[in-house]
Amino acid sequence: MGSFYQRDRAWHPPAFTPQYKTSVLRSPQHALLSMEGTVSEMTGPRFGHGQLGPLDNDLIHNFSRDGEPIGQRIIVHGRILDENGRPVPGALLEFWQANAGGRYRHKREAYLAPLDPNFGGCGRTITDDDGRYWFRTIRPGAYPWPNGVNDWRPAHIHFSIFGHAFTQRLITQMYFEGDPMIWQCPIVSTIPDRAAAEQLIAALDRNNTLPMDALAYKFDIVLRGRRSTLFENRMEGN
Amino acid sequence: MVQKLDMLKETPSQTAGPYVHIGLTPNWCGIDGVYPEDLGRVMVGPQAEGERITVTGRVLDGSGTPLKDALIEIWQADAAGLHNSPVERRGAADPHFSGWGRQPTDGVTGEFRFETIKPGRVPYKDGRLQAPHITFWIVARGINIGLHTRMYFADEEAANAECPVLARVEHKVRVPTLIAPRSEGKDGVAYTFDIRLQGEKETVFFDV
Repeated sequence: MGSFYQRDRAWHPPAFTPQYKTSVLRSPQHALLSMEGTVSEMTGPRFGHGQLGPLDNDLIHNFSRDGEPIGQRIIVHGRILDENGRPVPGALLEFWQANAGGRYRHKREAYLAPLDPNFGGCGRTITDDDGRYWFRTIRPGAYPWPNGVNDWRPAHIHFSIFGHAFTQRLITQMYFEGDPMIWQCPIVSTIPDRAAAEQLIAALDRNNTLPMDALAYKFDIVLRGRRSTLFENRMEGN
Repeated sequence: MVQKLDMLKETPSQTAGPYVHIGLTPNWCGIDGVYPEDLGRVMVGPQAEGERITVTGRVLDGSGTPLKDALIEIWQADAAGLHNSPVERRGAADPHFSGWGRQPTDGVTGEFRFETIKPGRVPYKDGRLQAPHITFWIVARGINIGLHTRMYFADEEAANAECPVLARVEHKVRVPTLIAPRSEGKDGVAYTFDIRLQGEKETVFFDV
């Protein structure tokens, strides 16, 4: 079983990013202990379509009480690839977001913008044989948060992704093309390299809109790639 | 110009934020009716092989305050040391044990709790056996990239002493941060694993 490419931790955000205040007390001070992955890390849970419901990837309908949520109807779609550019089929994606006004459905959330009675804010799907996924939702609003005196998050959707190995596990956030708040956000700026942050910005995709229904955004996600064992017995999956 | 390597960059991580439960444990946070049950809540079926154990603990920040908004996933082998994964090549794992669990830390006490089984030993890359362990992955508000650690068992002293991964910890004084004490009560066998993110007795975190 081949191991995975080393994670480029200069591309990811470091643990300690004081402009994002909560990271100050939640960041380890010791160096991480490097370890070549063992079977414990190179295996991982796999999820099947049978575990999902028919509306799991439709946030416009999966919490419907007496109608559809208010907001900009969008489709978000893309592919899950590994660093070798190979599609990752059978990957579980989970996503969550605020409603059109920037309000989350969570008991600890106290923002004065109202809840939408027809919007829950969670969804999930599994990539097809080509690594493709898609879901339908409404575009989330920006929301204020107690970090700086006047900090606002750009519109964003949280993503959680399982690849084929637990070492590929990833949680990230998707932003929207053209949003000026992206470059003012202390959480976006935890990412040191602007090119890395741009990897989180979904492109407006007019070709995949549903005319007279929903706009579309394309968001591809790259997971860690498995090492090819050149000059050794080629293992399955390579 | 030198040739370009034909590689993509991994999508960068971002914090899971304070509302991670909306997406990953929606029933737990009151979003009913979307999914029948939160994924990863139940790991052990009635027919699963092995010793039933409870793993509890807290995640503490650099001031010693427990995180009340963290989310923890665990991944482990079954009682025979096999993983319930399609990429497990050594044999078929116990179909009644998922090996994967997901739990939030309690909103009041900060405690997490997993009902699982004690894992068997799995090999290191050179074939030596690792000591029984559970892989932990911790995300939360303020954590920019998920933290990866391992829980070992205090009653596996001999196995722990020869574990090739524990042997990599240069500062031996830090090894106990990975070892959970065992207790037995009316509710059965329990292990307590407190995770200290920062400061004194900081837990060892891995770059795997």
